[in-house]
Amino acid sequence: MNNFWIENFRLVIITAALLFTVGLYCILVTRNMIRVLIGMELLTKAVTLLLVLAGAVTGRMAMAQALIITLIVMEVVAITVAAGVVVGAFRHTGNVSTESLDEAKG
Amino acid sequence: MTIATYILFAAIVVCALWTVQASIVRAALGLAVVSVLLSVLMFQMGAPLAGVFELSVCAGLITVVFVSTISMTARLDAEASKALRAVRAKRFRPAIVAVACIGALLWISSYARDVSPVIGETAETVREVLWGPRRLDLVGQIIMIFVGVFGVVVLFKEKREKEIGR
Repeated sequence: MNNFWIENFRLVIITAALLFTVGLYCILVTRNMIRVLIGMELLTKAVTLLLVLAGAVTGRMAMAQALIITLIVMEVVAITVAAGVVVGAFRHTGNVSTESLDEAKG
Repeated sequence: MTIATYILFAAIVVCALWTVQASIVRAALGLAVVSVLLSVLMFQMGAPLAGVFELSVCAGLITVVFVSTISMTARLDAEASKALRAVRAKRFRPAIVAVACIGALLWISSYARDVSPVIGETAETVREVLWGPRRLDLVGQIIMIFVGVFGVVVLFKEKREKEIGR
């Protein structure tokens, strides 16, 4: 099992890098707050992939899985709270554009 | 397994690209598809527990959160939606070029070519790790779950009539 992932180490790294690029691009280009959250999700998918790879290559999959579970819990909480912020901003400004938040005064 | 795994990697990147280019509801569904593909990959890599978490939480719960948020925010009228679609297609087109360029650069560069990973098989189970060296993570997880619950209660609650009238 390990040998296969060691041989394909570069492929997994490149896939993770591409996922990260797509997520970062999504965050930088869009003005829709929900799309920003989707971009954040893609970034965490890349990190998850790298953690699994680290576990598969080093043979410490139990440690990698424990870290992934922690990451997923944090990710869910962050996304849910951020979704609440988006809904709150929509109720306040009437749209979900990041530009509308410029007018917020705290 | 090799060809299927390569197809899986390609499908993950293609779905991610489709996610950023599609309309918002389709983007949420595309993200769920990326999660499903990633969980299949996790099963293949020998991480079944993480795969189950990814499948149930990321592909299930987070998709529900996104779809709920989208349904709670206003829908654009047909004209504005058409205009936005045209702009979106134009705006995200460079993403494909950027991904292709970065992929090619990484592929031809020497980075990750001379990797000599440390291989050390351990007989630890996830349970032993979570209750042993990573015990503090559980405390953090519990605190974060409480933060999430309070955050949702505060942020999603409807305004009372008194507050609206004020």
